[in-house]
Amino acid sequence: MSWFKRREEEKDRPTSTERPKSFDHLWVKCNSCNEIIYRKVIERNLLVCPKCNYHFQLPARKRIECLVDPGTFIEYDAHLAPADPLSFKDSKRYPQRVKESQETTGQKEAILCGEARIEGEPVMLAVFEFNFMGGSMGSVVGEKITRLIERAIEKRVGVVIFCASGGARMQEGIFSLMQMAKTSAALARLQEARLPYISVLTDPTTGGVSASIGMLGNVIIAEPKAMIGFAGPRVIKDTIKAELPEGFQRAEYLLQHGMVDLIVERKDLRRTLALLLKMLKNES
Amino acid sequence: MVRHYLDFEKPLVELENEIDRLKRFQKGRDHALEEQIRRLEERLDRLRKEIFSNLTGWQITQLARHIDRPKASFYIQELFDQFIELHGDRVYGDDPAIIGGLSLFSGRTLVVIAHQKGADVREMAYRNFGMPHPEGYRKALRLMKLAELFRKPVLTMIDTPGAFPGIGAEERGQAEAIARNLKTMAHLRIPILTLVIGEGGSGGALAIGMGDRILMLEYSIYSVISPEGCAAILWKDGEKGKAIAADSLKLTARDLYGLGVIDEVIEEPLGGAHRDPQGMALRVKEAIERHLKELERMDMDQLLKKRYEKFRSIGTFIEESMGMEADE
Repeated sequence: MSWFKRREEEKDRPTSTERPKSFDHLWVKCNSCNEIIYRKVIERNLLVCPKCNYHFQLPARKRIECLVDPGTFIEYDAHLAPADPLSFKDSKRYPQRVKESQETTGQKEAILCGEARIEGEPVMLAVFEFNFMGGSMGSVVGEKITRLIERAIEKRVGVVIFCASGGARMQEGIFSLMQMAKTSAALARLQEARLPYISVLTDPTTGGVSASIGMLGNVIIAEPKAMIGFAGPRVIKDTIKAELPEGFQRAEYLLQHGMVDLIVERKDLRRTLALLLKMLKNES
Repeated sequence: MVRHYLDFEKPLVELENEIDRLKRFQKGRDHALEEQIRRLEERLDRLRKEIFSNLTGWQITQLARHIDRPKASFYIQELFDQFIELHGDRVYGDDPAIIGGLSLFSGRTLVVIAHQKGADVREMAYRNFGMPHPEGYRKALRLMKLAELFRKPVLTMIDTPGAFPGIGAEERGQAEAIARNLKTMAHLRIPILTLVIGEGGSGGALAIGMGDRILMLEYSIYSVISPEGCAAILWKDGEKGKAIAADSLKLTARDLYGLGVIDEVIEEPLGGAHRDPQGMALRVKEAIERHLKELERMDMDQLLKKRYEKFRSIGTFIEESMGMEADE
């Protein structure tokens, strides 16, 4: 009896909604090596496969929790919510899709922004929530990133953005495309202010997000095996009608082709970021 | 000349053929048929006006991609007294999908950067249908820097289905090339004028499109995704849903002007730019001249501030604490 009761309670706990669907079970299949692993083992390992080192997507809150100094995260602009500027026609209304994503992730939008400290280093931090409509960048995501960068300039601290996104949010049409221009323009100002920007590309980072903030880091970090690219592999395959090379568009492949600075394992990210922020700090 | 008709132009085909036939028949004879021809031409004109005043998003998409639609190379030839094409990105290669160079326009030098789709099948293949590789965007970047160095305004012309999705393009950093262009244009210390002449395909278009002014020809389009791509994602069927998607995406020049994303719609001749390319070129020339004059008068710091504000203000969202919709 009591066993069943515990399971019921667990279901009601708010944390369960933050986990990817596959984690709602006791066992998890790794997306990369297909190994079946006990969930608790993976969770203790920061959602990294102990067998093949695949880095699972990390919910934004969880990412912040295991990255910043405890109690230092102050969230910005949590009240920004998407509108439906085009009254987009779809099998499901856009506001309905938004509502569903809000319910499954517990977030208002596909990004969390705020200030924090990492090993004492102050930072303006943004983290994409991939489970919110594929981490797509619409007006809210663009606005929150832009405000974050503007605050970074005001307070003279560096910016770190964790990307996990399929690209622009189709349902907001041209507005979402223009968020690429908007966020890139803000980063141009950050550069003029000589403040560092570090982008961390996690699985997956593609489309309009990789082709703006993703690839604009003064230092670009990737998580192991993360899928990173402009076009999705299926689109490329359909276009060129040929097989793609082994490991194509994975972090290691990008490193080899000179597109990212370094690959850092999740357990080492905190220290690496803190060190980079310290080293790039503009003392004058 | 072979005329290419779109499906919604079919009612015009019969009339045009009839007029052609009568004209041929009349050659070298008396003037008995003139009245009849004149009446038919009037009818054709009325019918065309009627069709073209009620175009759907998908019909305009077809016009924007029309094989006979004037391409960038046409405008370059028509608008400028001189043009010297400059090639290559100095890193990897030269991308024929983007034309760049120096031109003389009404007594001043302009740096021109444009997608080139190709005017016929052979050129289309050579130009990769106007879908650039990273080297194309890096050539564009190099020319923008050249423009900044010598203080020459930049004119960009957009006409692409999008950046090319291929193995080499990814390996050489398609995303990086586009991103860098966006950041560079954001603070390039020279006026930038952008003209969408045909198809504005997503990030591949924006990568040369962050102008102080963005103008669009009446039947050109600009969108985050193609109607087919959008329909394929939403309804798993690109063919069926493309017409709905084309309307949903609000991708026409008039839609985008209404949304406040672009600055001006340049009217096209009746039936579209390809029906009167010279007439179109004249209107384009007038618009470029007017906007350049305004931009050239502005102080550079002021211009950059305005450019930042222009893109900074795009977006629609709800500030929930106030319960208000903050538009633009």
